[in-house]
Amino acid sequence: MSFETPDDLRYLETHEWARVESAEESATTARIGISDFAQDELGDVVFVELPEPGESLDQDAQFGVIESIKAVSDLYAPLSGTVSAVNETLFDEPELVNDDPYGDGWMLELEDVDESELDALLAADAYAEQID
Amino acid sequence: MALRMPPLRERHAERGATFTEFGGWEMPVEFDSIRTEHTAVREAAGVFDVSHMGEIRVGGPDALELMQRLTTNDVTRLSPGEGQYSAVVDDRGVVLDDTVVYDLPEEAGYLFVPNAGHDVRMYERWTDHREEWGLDATVEDATEEYGMFAVQGPDAEALLADAADESVRDVGRFEIATTTVADVPVLAARTGYTGEDGFEILCPADESKAVWSAFDCQPCGLGARDTLRIEHGFLLSGQDFDPEDEPRTPYEAGIGFVVKLDAEPAFVGRDTLAEGTDPEMRFVGVELLDRGVPRHGYDVADDGEVIGHLTSGTMSPTLDRPVGLGYVPAEYADPGTRVQVVVRGKHKQARISDTPFQ
Repeated sequence: MSFETPDDLRYLETHEWARVESAEESATTARIGISDFAQDELGDVVFVELPEPGESLDQDAQFGVIESIKAVSDLYAPLSGTVSAVNETLFDEPELVNDDPYGDGWMLELEDVDESELDALLAADAYAEQID
Repeated sequence: MALRMPPLRERHAERGATFTEFGGWEMPVEFDSIRTEHTAVREAAGVFDVSHMGEIRVGGPDALELMQRLTTNDVTRLSPGEGQYSAVVDDRGVVLDDTVVYDLPEEAGYLFVPNAGHDVRMYERWTDHREEWGLDATVEDATEEYGMFAVQGPDAEALLADAADESVRDVGRFEIATTTVADVPVLAARTGYTGEDGFEILCPADESKAVWSAFDCQPCGLGARDTLRIEHGFLLSGQDFDPEDEPRTPYEAGIGFVVKLDAEPAFVGRDTLAEGTDPEMRFVGVELLDRGVPRHGYDVADDGEVIGHLTSGTMSPTLDRPVGLGYVPAEYADPGTRVQVVVRGKHKQARISDTPFQ
């Protein structure tokens, strides 16, 4: 089976993705979520526990929990930043993570992102190789 | 120790199944998705490979006495072609396994079905007691001889009637009959673990492929088997009770109805169990009212104080609500009683519920 790994994202080895959304000076924001491969491994997602707006995340540190019917998994931050938006739709429709992991299944928006941290993440081709 | 494989391991892999270790067996956990498989069984039908279940055959002149003294239900009530749910307990009255005991058609002796990985222990328990009591009975661990498939759901009867013959429609709940599926002689028992109507089919292991292929319905893995049985409050051996990790009597585990204290000759453990018909801890359903998913091992609390724990839990695919099973003190066991479930340190509101969950 092959999984989508969009080229415009960067990935953590633990299967979270980050998409830098705007790159104005001092106001870089990013969206984060989990990969197509990760949602498939988990199976039917039934619950996500996410931080509140205003909380700060550290790159590689745990920021939340995702549960499918069969498994509980920790979520790790691909980038440091401050939570500026939470996809609260997931609280009622966690299955969006399965249906559209890179779109409607996004989890958090971060601000105050340091773009230099992107260098520590995998590009799409390297991540695709990891999950192959 | 190497994992035991069901006869159709490779076929399931080709069908896209993912696998898990369970009771020493490598079994399919998911073919498509747990939710898809679960829904198919509730609304139509699904077929499970349950070849990890054990089969022990017991025959000979003293077979009845051996069965009666080692299981808690009353085996004398069975006639050929009938089965009964039962428990195997030790001399403390602690459940070692739950099982179905069949009095086979055509007076072919008894067959009982231990849970995955328990067949060797049960075989030894039966042969040890046979020697100790000097009984004339044959005991065979036939686990590797059989493939076992469960066809479950409202359409199961029609599917089996199609694959075998119309006579299977007359097989009543907990009865067992011989028939043929795809020209293969099989035993078909009207039993299951899903809360739906259905059959469990025993066939010669080397004919597994033909029998499995005769059922044109959703293949299901152990994942859906677990969510289906949790919704109905059915026990999982080794998890909801276990002689080491979760020692429970049948009364604690909510299956006191399979204990026949008056049956003769008395079963091992009867005298201890007779003292404990009204136990302090009770097996109950627990419904989470806050967001979250109850899981095996989570504490149950009242006002911050731990009073019990969960032994199973999931997000119910049918109800779309978080449900669990576990043990609480008798004074908390009434449906509707408010408690909390501790999820990663957070006390989530919950209430005791009847099972099947509704």
